[in-house]
Amino acid sequence: MTVYLSQSFTGISIGAVLLLIALGLSLTFGQMGVINMAHGEFIMAGAYTVYMLQGPISDAGVSLLLALPVAFLVAGAMGALLEWLLIRRLYARPLDTLLVTWGVSLMLQQLARDVFGAPNVHTSSPDWLSGRLTLIGGEDPLTLAYSRLFILGLAVAAVAALTLTLRRTPLGRRMRAVVQHRDLAEASGIATGRVDRLTFFLGSGLAGLAGVALTLVGPIGPTMGTNIIIDAFLVIVVGGIGRLRGAVVAAFALGVLQAVMEYSTTVSVARVTVLIAIVAFLQWRPQGIHTLRTRSLA
Amino acid sequence: MTSTLTRWRAPAGYALGALLLFAVAPALLSDFRLGQLARYLCFAIVAVGIALAWGRGGMLTLGQGLFFGLGGYAMAMHLKLTDAGAGQLPDFMLLYGDTSELPWWWEPFRSPAVALAAVLVLPMGLAALIGYAVFRRRVRGAYFAILSQALAAAFAILLVGQQATTGGTNGLTNFQGFFGFSLLDPVNRRTVYFLIAAVLLLLMIGVRQLFLSRYGELLVAVRDSEERVRFLGYDPALVKLVAYVLSAGTAGIAGALFVPAVGIISPALIGIVPSIQFVIGAAIGGRASVAGAVIGAVAVAWAQTTLSEEFPAAWTYFQAGLFIAVVAFLPGGLVSLRRLLARRGPRVAEVPA
Repeated sequence: MTVYLSQSFTGISIGAVLLLIALGLSLTFGQMGVINMAHGEFIMAGAYTVYMLQGPISDAGVSLLLALPVAFLVAGAMGALLEWLLIRRLYARPLDTLLVTWGVSLMLQQLARDVFGAPNVHTSSPDWLSGRLTLIGGEDPLTLAYSRLFILGLAVAAVAALTLTLRRTPLGRRMRAVVQHRDLAEASGIATGRVDRLTFFLGSGLAGLAGVALTLVGPIGPTMGTNIIIDAFLVIVVGGIGRLRGAVVAAFALGVLQAVMEYSTTVSVARVTVLIAIVAFLQWRPQGIHTLRTRSLA
Repeated sequence: MTSTLTRWRAPAGYALGALLLFAVAPALLSDFRLGQLARYLCFAIVAVGIALAWGRGGMLTLGQGLFFGLGGYAMAMHLKLTDAGAGQLPDFMLLYGDTSELPWWWEPFRSPAVALAAVLVLPMGLAALIGYAVFRRRVRGAYFAILSQALAAAFAILLVGQQATTGGTNGLTNFQGFFGFSLLDPVNRRTVYFLIAAVLLLLMIGVRQLFLSRYGELLVAVRDSEERVRFLGYDPALVKLVAYVLSAGTAGIAGALFVPAVGIISPALIGIVPSIQFVIGAAIGGRASVAGAVIGAVAVAWAQTTLSEEFPAAWTYFQAGLFIAVVAFLPGGLVSLRRLLARRGPRVAEVPA
């Protein structure tokens, strides 16, 4: 019995990582419709921020907590710069945005290789995240790693903060207005260009947070972004664009499915099965779990 | 005068291409360089399919590596089995040691006819299944691109995971013969080059004819305004499906020819990165033009080999920069420069909005 419980917790923690890396995309891809392939490299930037901060600050806990806001700002600034330089010229051509940002991601990977070297680097995680929380003791124990719980907490906090921002702040109201009807928003006096850049800043900043979280569960390297970005996009595709709720449900559903399949088969077979499940799901709901109702023909 | 020029320009171009491929290149290049050219031409064959599906059909197929790999592995499995001889296991299976008998799905590939058929049937069949499922539900644009990319990634991961039966990360390599001809003999390797060049030219001419046909017009119409085509009574899903399946078939052929020409097929050649590399060549050359895509693919592959040997880091920046600049500011690719310079409007809209 505990096997299923621990396996579903593994799924939930995979889902939490997926959610964190997909959350930024739910803004840039979900809200703005921009496919930013360099998103994975913003995650990488967040992870390297932890690595950089651990140089001057030897205490792993302090540097990790300090890395959260710093990584948010670093990745966010990179995103805003990318939006200003390239993406705003390409809003009418989403597929070309995908290719252009892939070129950017190639450059950033090479930059990481030149600056930090091609091999993976490692960071030390703080002592208070190294243990495991024992829920059920005895012969058949159920334990949860603190680092996974931390990621889960971070994901929940990020979702809450993003929801509040979208629902309760003037910026969030403007962002939703631009998504729903760009022309009308502009006619109402909203500077849509600035809102776009801010949305992109927030989305990319969330990628930086995800990068900080990823240092707890895996190595940091120039290609770390490429390996996870596809999964993150699949979360948004399944979740449906325009709604945060869809991304949350999809991230945990995919995480649990992946964990269950990995338990009963192998990692590679599990990935293929999850993918087939996604294609099958899109047969049933091509627009994803949640979607904004619009009157467009698509 | 102009009409005569226009009418003869394409055939003259193909004649020039044939002359270059069949006479000039073999006369000038060493065996080693000719082998490299054969490899670039395989990428060019994939680019022909990309011009069809993406340039004219608007379907950004970021997962051509999947079909390239299916064709390649089908051919490689046959070659391995032939090398091993009747009733024997391929060498790598003996090496990894945990398989005592041939897996059932290897067995059919002993027959050359089945293997050759599989080179076309596997990619096209899979593309038909995926395409039918995806296009019928009107999944398109970025969704389709991400899905196709994920499929290529999943296939590569699957191959790596099944080392005992697929060779894992190392892939399949060390081929001795190709349908009875020794691949160690330089003369036979030249013949493989000629075979690849001939296939490339035939496919280019075929796809060009397809562009000029009524179907080609319809495909461009679907790319530019799918809803309008639907309201006119056509089924856009079917139109797109045909282009997607054909492009998968060309990628499969390219993969199958790649195996004897280069001597390896491995997951590293078919994953996410190589799949996008296929698109890069076509994008830089000109996505909506067969010749543009082919020239772009060959040029990028050539530049990659030559420049990345000497300046690996600088090459990455240059390639990425060129790619960004072309896609962002010259979506028609380098072939559209000529039209821009001549200050004439494009005859076919180059890129969808």
